[in-house]
Amino acid sequence: MAQTKSFRMGEGALIIVLAALFLMCVFVVSNAHDNVMAFHMAVGAVGALLGIFAVFRRYQKRANGQGPDETGYNEGVVKAGVLISIFWGVAGFLIGDYIAWELAFPFMNLDFEMINFGRLRPLHTSAVIFAFGGNILIASSFYVVQRTNRTRLAGDLAPWFVFWGYNMVILLAGTGYLLGVTHGHEYAEPEWYVDWWLTVVWVVYLLVFLGTLIKRRESHIYVANWFYLSFIVTIAMLHLGNNIAIPVSLYGVKSYHVFSGVQDAMTQWWYGHNAVGFFLTAAFLGMMYYFVPKRAERPVYSYRLSIVHFWALIFTYIWAGPHHLHYTALPEWAQTLGMTFSVILWMPSWGGMINGLMTLSGAWDKLRTDPVMRMLVASVAFYGMSTFEGPMMSIKAVNQLSHYTDWTVGHVHSGAMGWVGMISFGAIYCLVPWLWKRERLYSVALVSWHFWLATIGIVLYITSMWVSGIMQGLMWRAYTSLGFLEYSFIETVEAMHPYYAIRALGGAFFLLGALVMVYNVWMTIRALPESEKAGLPALQAAE
Amino acid sequence: MDHQTISQFSGIFGLIFFGILFAGVVVYALWPRNKKKFDHAARLPLEED
Repeated sequence: MAQTKSFRMGEGALIIVLAALFLMCVFVVSNAHDNVMAFHMAVGAVGALLGIFAVFRRYQKRANGQGPDETGYNEGVVKAGVLISIFWGVAGFLIGDYIAWELAFPFMNLDFEMINFGRLRPLHTSAVIFAFGGNILIASSFYVVQRTNRTRLAGDLAPWFVFWGYNMVILLAGTGYLLGVTHGHEYAEPEWYVDWWLTVVWVVYLLVFLGTLIKRRESHIYVANWFYLSFIVTIAMLHLGNNIAIPVSLYGVKSYHVFSGVQDAMTQWWYGHNAVGFFLTAAFLGMMYYFVPKRAERPVYSYRLSIVHFWALIFTYIWAGPHHLHYTALPEWAQTLGMTFSVILWMPSWGGMINGLMTLSGAWDKLRTDPVMRMLVASVAFYGMSTFEGPMMSIKAVNQLSHYTDWTVGHVHSGAMGWVGMISFGAIYCLVPWLWKRERLYSVALVSWHFWLATIGIVLYITSMWVSGIMQGLMWRAYTSLGFLEYSFIETVEAMHPYYAIRALGGAFFLLGALVMVYNVWMTIRALPESEKAGLPALQAAE
Repeated sequence: MDHQTISQFSGIFGLIFFGILFAGVVVYALWPRNKKKFDHAARLPLEED
């Protein structure tokens, strides 16, 4: 029989692009000015080769006369995203807890440069925010956009390109930090070549999402998709705005930002706070608007409120950045502007929180019976708490005490572990049985264990940081009767030691909870689906 | 145009522009004719296959 299958245009195009990328990477390796550039370009070359190999394999495995399977929803890439986000989550929590112990017991860096606090800290933040959070956001957005629009994900290879390309960003960024390469801007540490690659990946992500929306089979676009879309668009804008840099050489890692001084600081915190606003808030609100109603089996409390919530939130958040620069060289009016918009943010934030919580009205008993629901609700409660605390801390008089102290660290973690972490865990516990077609999770009791371990961990973390942060702020501003500073800096550091130990213990609880989740997810996937079990009535499932 | 003029203009323009925009969103959300559409939309996650 004659060969009837052929490469599709997308497959051919991707092979050409990857081949070009491979050649480019090899060229840079051979000309590289520094070892890290050579190493990273070698990683890129290997990645491109593996990509070409994967496309060929896919073609080979396809039966004659058939195109790739394009029926139903595209769930493969969602499954991969869920699994890799769990992996990065555990890695990120582990690194975070390790550096927490390092702060309490500094000898733990073993005088080894690659694991000192300065290098592991960006590794931790990037691993939890961009690797864990980013992957679960991409995966869940791919799931939600298909389901709520009743159409298959746009693109054949494009979603997989987004998945692998995004994780390549993580790999390059993470190894770069360990090797001492940084752009020096918080939450935007990757150097110029990683930034460029992320731009390509992100544009493809936007196109996949938009393409799916365009071919939707529902006239109205469900509100969760609006939040996800605002996240994709705004992150693109922020990423480009804050990474305007000129490489010293195309063969070296180093580049310099075009802005300097206070302009650079303002751009950085416009970026930084909107990363909080659109990555850690708007996108996860998209998750909330899908998973909370779905799990509670009730429509969202008020769809009208969700519309007002969306527009109010995105128009307000974008102005709040200057509150990171109170009492600096930033003009007074800009500081006041940032403070005012931060305080206004209370309203959309709490509107969203009320909308999420009230979705449970009439179904509150689920809190008792379903620990996954409890997780989702606790996350919304933490959201309410940290979005109360944030605006309060942005008020200049409060900021005078809280700025540069551990209070800020505690605040960020109540949002990151409580809101972002818990809602992601809840979504993972929903998605795993749905995607792998299992009747239920392996163990509901273990979800409960995870919930309590995580909650205790978060409470230990944030309470110890409140105490330590406020103490730190008070000690810094204490004067003697003669007008001298009462404490030397090292005295404040010594005083914080017990709280650092408590914080690290809280982190350990949180990490332990995540490990319980890994076991539960693993066992759920390993269990035989009900439909297959029914076909083998005489046999026990393999243990 | 000096700094003073630009900042005054952008302040007033921003207030009016965002005020109208927000009012528009609220009117759209509360418009009685849209209620049916929103009630249907709210059930989208629950009605999928």
